[in-house]
Amino acid sequence: MTLDELRIGSTATITKVGGFGPLRRRLLDMGLTPKTKIMVRKKAPLGDPIEIFLRGYELTIRLEDANKIEISEVSA
Amino acid sequence: MKLTFALVGNQNSGKSTLFNQLTGSNQHVGNFPGVTVKKKEGRLTGNPDVTIIDLPGIYSLSPYSLEEIVTRDLLLREKPDAIINILDATNIERSLYLSLQAMELNLPMIIALNMMDEIVTSGGSIDIQKLEETLGVPVVPISASKNEGINELLIRALKLAEARTLPKRLDFCTGETHRAIHTVSHLIEPKVRAKGLPLRFSATKLIEGDELLAGELQLTDNELDIISHVTDDMEKTLETDREAALADMRYCYIENLCALTVHKPVETLAQSRSHAIDKYLTHKYYAIPIFLATMAVVFWLTFDVIGAFLSDWLETGIGEIVALTDEALKSSGVSAPVHSLIIDGVLAGIGSVLSFLPLIVTLFFFLSMLEDTGYMARIAFVMDKILRKIGLSGASFVPMLIGFGCTVPAILATRTLPSERDRKITIILTPFMSCSAKLPIYGVFVAAFFPDNPALVMVSLYILGILVAIISGLLLKVFIYKGKPVPFVMELPAYRFPTIKNVALHMWEKGKDFLYRAFTIIFLASIVIWLLQNFDFRFHMVENAEGSMLADIGNFIAPFFAPLGFGDWKSATALLTGLTAKEVVISTLAVLTGTGNDASATANALSTLYTPLTAYSFLTFTLLYVPCIAAVTAIYKEMGSFRQTFFTVAYQIGVAWLSAFGVYNIGLLCGYN
Repeated sequence: MTLDELRIGSTATITKVGGFGPLRRRLLDMGLTPKTKIMVRKKAPLGDPIEIFLRGYELTIRLEDANKIEISEVSA
Repeated sequence: MKLTFALVGNQNSGKSTLFNQLTGSNQHVGNFPGVTVKKKEGRLTGNPDVTIIDLPGIYSLSPYSLEEIVTRDLLLREKPDAIINILDATNIERSLYLSLQAMELNLPMIIALNMMDEIVTSGGSIDIQKLEETLGVPVVPISASKNEGINELLIRALKLAEARTLPKRLDFCTGETHRAIHTVSHLIEPKVRAKGLPLRFSATKLIEGDELLAGELQLTDNELDIISHVTDDMEKTLETDREAALADMRYCYIENLCALTVHKPVETLAQSRSHAIDKYLTHKYYAIPIFLATMAVVFWLTFDVIGAFLSDWLETGIGEIVALTDEALKSSGVSAPVHSLIIDGVLAGIGSVLSFLPLIVTLFFFLSMLEDTGYMARIAFVMDKILRKIGLSGASFVPMLIGFGCTVPAILATRTLPSERDRKITIILTPFMSCSAKLPIYGVFVAAFFPDNPALVMVSLYILGILVAIISGLLLKVFIYKGKPVPFVMELPAYRFPTIKNVALHMWEKGKDFLYRAFTIIFLASIVIWLLQNFDFRFHMVENAEGSMLADIGNFIAPFFAPLGFGDWKSATALLTGLTAKEVVISTLAVLTGTGNDASATANALSTLYTPLTAYSFLTFTLLYVPCIAAVTAIYKEMGSFRQTFFTVAYQIGVAWLSAFGVYNIGLLCGYN
């Protein structure tokens, strides 16, 4: 599954970072590398973007970009 | 010994706070040549031999954003005597990612571990000594906002720079990446040395596919082949691609390092406090009302309470000065032209602009509070979806909103936007938000021509401005700023108390800047307008405005407005003088129609000049054309380019003309006249 499908409050592990060019580079630079644990904290009031928690900090990312990140959900 | 230190760090790492602590008010802000990225420089307080350069907040040295390119270029070419790399200790993993790249630059470097106090009060600890030994660069814990540890940081940085001590290690790689980096290093060593570039950095970047660097090194096809071969091998063995492999290499090293040295609770106190606050501020239903209420309070305080109070006070002061000068001039018996130059030209010109100063300073007080607390990032998060369609992110919302108050601070506020593209588009669109100085114009016209539905006509103008901005945004996206915007992947920093020093310096910087422009370009412009208004082309002073150069110029350009329905010289002249400040449009029309301070007489005179349709066309043009000289100088300052400023101004006039033309002709077709 991809990050945009992860339910609020759930945690997952990144398996692959897709996309290309500046977006992909930016995701990697911000620490979204394979095997990183990631949690979806909330959705913005208008439904998009989402707020995620990884490596001890909060990041916001749009759903269309989150769609490029493949994850496997960690069972709670 | 003259030394230059470069401050490098992530956004929200406290870099500006540290810079302000180091330099106080000895700072100078300029543009990197030709781009909207600001370069801040300052002298170290108490040691003017040391220059500190505050570089943009970045997360990596990859050449994708303009901020990264600019930072990289400066570090590679100007080779500062030391890099002070500031880290947010509460966010150490991601902060170290930039440090590992900066160390490869082979310049003396010291790490300032900021917000250490927060780690300690949250019950955590960081083994500084071990961190220092493992990384091979000095690490000094500091608290920039409390001004703690800064002395030690400086002492060690000076020692480091004077002895030119380089980072002790550069190798963070293992296995396949290690092999690839070393092979490439050997291959490119002669060329890299000849160019004076750091070897390790160049090799890593070439493997990551850095085309800028490949071009600069003028690598042969053969060399490029070998590099791509080595990289392909690495990709195959690691079963991943080059960019992910190197990002992974750095983060793996960091994870191990942090496991050894950092003992940190899952959440610091500031973070859990932030989550509690965000329960409301980014809440599904409360977020937008809270944001709008916040902005309403900011506007109310700025334009109605504090700013207005200070403006009134300043105006009274200026009035006193004018009266005193008037007395003095009269008693000294200077000639009428000199008297008029000083009173009507210089003092009136500066006075009208100066009365904006309190508004700007007050507005920037609130803006830096919003920014420094971390709320601005939340606004971008909450409002992002709305601006996405025109190719912007939520971060542009606040500058645009401020545009309804005053275009000048709105444009200056674009500086905090995340990318060059966002800044430029926002600068071009913001002036279409109807600023408060246009309100008196609407007021007079609406009272004269649309007494039945004044509110409807006013609101229609505001909406027209917003529509034009949306259409312009779409056009810019399709024709000028093509390609993908910089990705909106933004950190939401923990809420923090702003420091008084930061807020004060921010207000001081904007205020000083505005004053400088008020006394230079705006001052000159008011004298020119005064000259044009009071003299004819043979430089005889004129009795009434009709014979002035300004009227002649008005006459000359009037045909340009004829297709819009108001081709008379009075309208043209009023629009010209409106460039000094928008509300002057009305006072000029009052003077030219000979109705002076009598508002109802002015309204009557206007009804001989315009029909309701041409009046609306005139208002449309007024709404959309160049806001004022102060705004143009702000555009120039932020754009950093004459050509782009010219384009923006030409675009505004073009759009204003076309829109008014459309309004007028559609009106004619509908049977109005």
